[in-house]
Amino acid sequence: MTSSLSRSSTRSAVLVGLSASWVAFCVLVWLYGESPRAMASLLFEGTWGTSYGAGQVLFKATPLLFTGVAVDFALRSGLFNIGAEGQLAVGSLAAGVVGTQLPRGVPTLVAVPLALAAAMAAGALWALVPALLKGRFGAHEVISTMMMNSLADSAIGLALGAGGLALTGTVRTHDIVPGARVPRLEAWFPALKGSAASFALVVGVASAFLVTASYRRTRIGREMGLVGQNAAAMAAEKVPVRARLEQALVFSGGLAGAASLGTVLGYKGYFEEGLGAGAGFTGVAVALLGRGRPLGLVLAALLFGTLQQGGLAVNAFVPKELMDILTGVVVCAVALADGALVALVGRGASPPGPPASGAKAASA
Amino acid sequence: MSALEVIVSGTMLAQTVRMTIPYACAAVGGVLCERSGVINIALEGTLLASALASVVVCFATSNPFAGIATGVTCGAAIGLVHAVLVVGGRVDAIVSGIALNVMAAGGTRFLLRGLYGSSSNSPRVEGLSGLKRAGSLVRTLSDPFFVATLGAVAMVAWMLHRTRFGLRLRACGEDPSAARAVGVDVARVRVAAVTLGGAVTGLGGTALAYDLHQFQAGMSGGRGFIALAAVIVAGWRPWPAAFACLAFAALDALQIVLQNQTNLPPQVLAMLPFVTTLGALVLVSKRRAGAMRAPAGLGHHPH
Repeated sequence: MTSSLSRSSTRSAVLVGLSASWVAFCVLVWLYGESPRAMASLLFEGTWGTSYGAGQVLFKATPLLFTGVAVDFALRSGLFNIGAEGQLAVGSLAAGVVGTQLPRGVPTLVAVPLALAAAMAAGALWALVPALLKGRFGAHEVISTMMMNSLADSAIGLALGAGGLALTGTVRTHDIVPGARVPRLEAWFPALKGSAASFALVVGVASAFLVTASYRRTRIGREMGLVGQNAAAMAAEKVPVRARLEQALVFSGGLAGAASLGTVLGYKGYFEEGLGAGAGFTGVAVALLGRGRPLGLVLAALLFGTLQQGGLAVNAFVPKELMDILTGVVVCAVALADGALVALVGRGASPPGPPASGAKAASA
Repeated sequence: MSALEVIVSGTMLAQTVRMTIPYACAAVGGVLCERSGVINIALEGTLLASALASVVVCFATSNPFAGIATGVTCGAAIGLVHAVLVVGGRVDAIVSGIALNVMAAGGTRFLLRGLYGSSSNSPRVEGLSGLKRAGSLVRTLSDPFFVATLGAVAMVAWMLHRTRFGLRLRACGEDPSAARAVGVDVARVRVAAVTLGGAVTGLGGTALAYDLHQFQAGMSGGRGFIALAAVIVAGWRPWPAAFACLAFAALDALQIVLQNQTNLPPQVLAMLPFVTTLGALVLVSKRRAGAMRAPAGLGHHPH
């Protein structure tokens, strides 16, 4: 939270997190029986060491940036959108379906926005259920969004199988029309040749700046932030708290759906079951490190993108799931360091971490 | 056999009771944590990690009881970490829970590949043999896991309302500042409660793995979250929480039967437990009063 933590202490907290994950990396690799030094150099070569590796990191970071911004948006209102995973999944399906249904020869400037709009609408719709349950019934969003994630798996399987959206005998849709494909970055930056990084990254960075600017520059954005800090006080100020909470979750779902720009439209060119899986949960980690600042979100997405690509680089020697452990370590260490630093600076009155529990105190 | 015959049969009842055990253990663990005022969404990861821990030790030692002990210890250890992060480190409980779930999901796959060179499942373990010859219902009811789960529910219910520790635990959950003012060590009580809750959840994870005679990646399958929903539906009380879990497990068992008996696409039935959970959350929120409400100090630190 910007108000309770200075930028420098946030930076120190992130440094603590990085050091902790580095130590964890070395210890785990060593326990696994490999040389930390060799694995570290392999990790570096596979990510930032070559231009292809760097491009792949950008590619991996793209959906994480979208889901990170999505989770961050809901977090402003004190809501934990653990459902970005499911919202991204149904959004990707929608993007894939609309992308295949468009007539051939539709120009990119029409086709991509249409497919993106479908993805965002589907993600928002998937978030609408927990949003209404939260707003109307006070059901805790962590549990309801988690249920929606499980439901998304079944619904997608149903749509692909019984719904007949998949090619027979597969779990993927037809190819989207060429116009709906987001061009790769290699078209402009030949150094990235071969990597799957696409212009979706540019859109993601832009959305990180736009969305975080809306926190301060729009009335609704300001109100959502204040609802997250003290819902009761905002209700007394005649701010429609319930509507703001619902809107926050729905828009967050839409943003999560937009991540399909980097997966379906920018990479595969079709939707298949499990495409982009995990980006929703990692998005939570991105939001927790980025804390409502555009550059923070971009850097956090790059960090976790590096971990994911690095995991693939060392996968022949050490299981890539090592990087999931490191993700958890980073999140824990940053949150812990935050608490310690807040206490150190003498601002112990405000709880550390994301916006205070004003909006969620009633249920859970 | 027709679908109806299967549903009313003793096998179905036995199946339901068996499937209740992991849910009920996690729910009772959740009741312990949340009545002390600590939100715990790490139940899911706790189930998963303790399932693997029990299988690893059971496989290595061929001693099912060593496996159970390890599973329970693993659950307690995760509870302790969660408690230390949240109570000691003042980390947001949801953040800590998410981090622990991510680490459990990744860590179990990491170990699975490291130990057994597989990305999906462990080798087979025998688990508890029990009474092989008795009928399925008798066998289920005499199952040590069932007895232990029943015992855990009864113990927690008794402890919460009949012991000094239980009184203090509830005080920490209702009003941590007041509890501290009368001399209760809120941090210590909460750490103890969450650790104990983790241990009970660990028992559930062990039962889950022994039931299938192996560990499978991601085998907790959202049970921790459904158990948490059961805690809420049951108004944070152990016995009603266990019965809510029985209801969810019955749906789960029903779903499996219907999948074998009907031509519906399997995904439709697989949605059943999750839709019901959402529905149940809506229903209880309509009439939340008196004993059905959340602990007032849930998620709050003492001032």
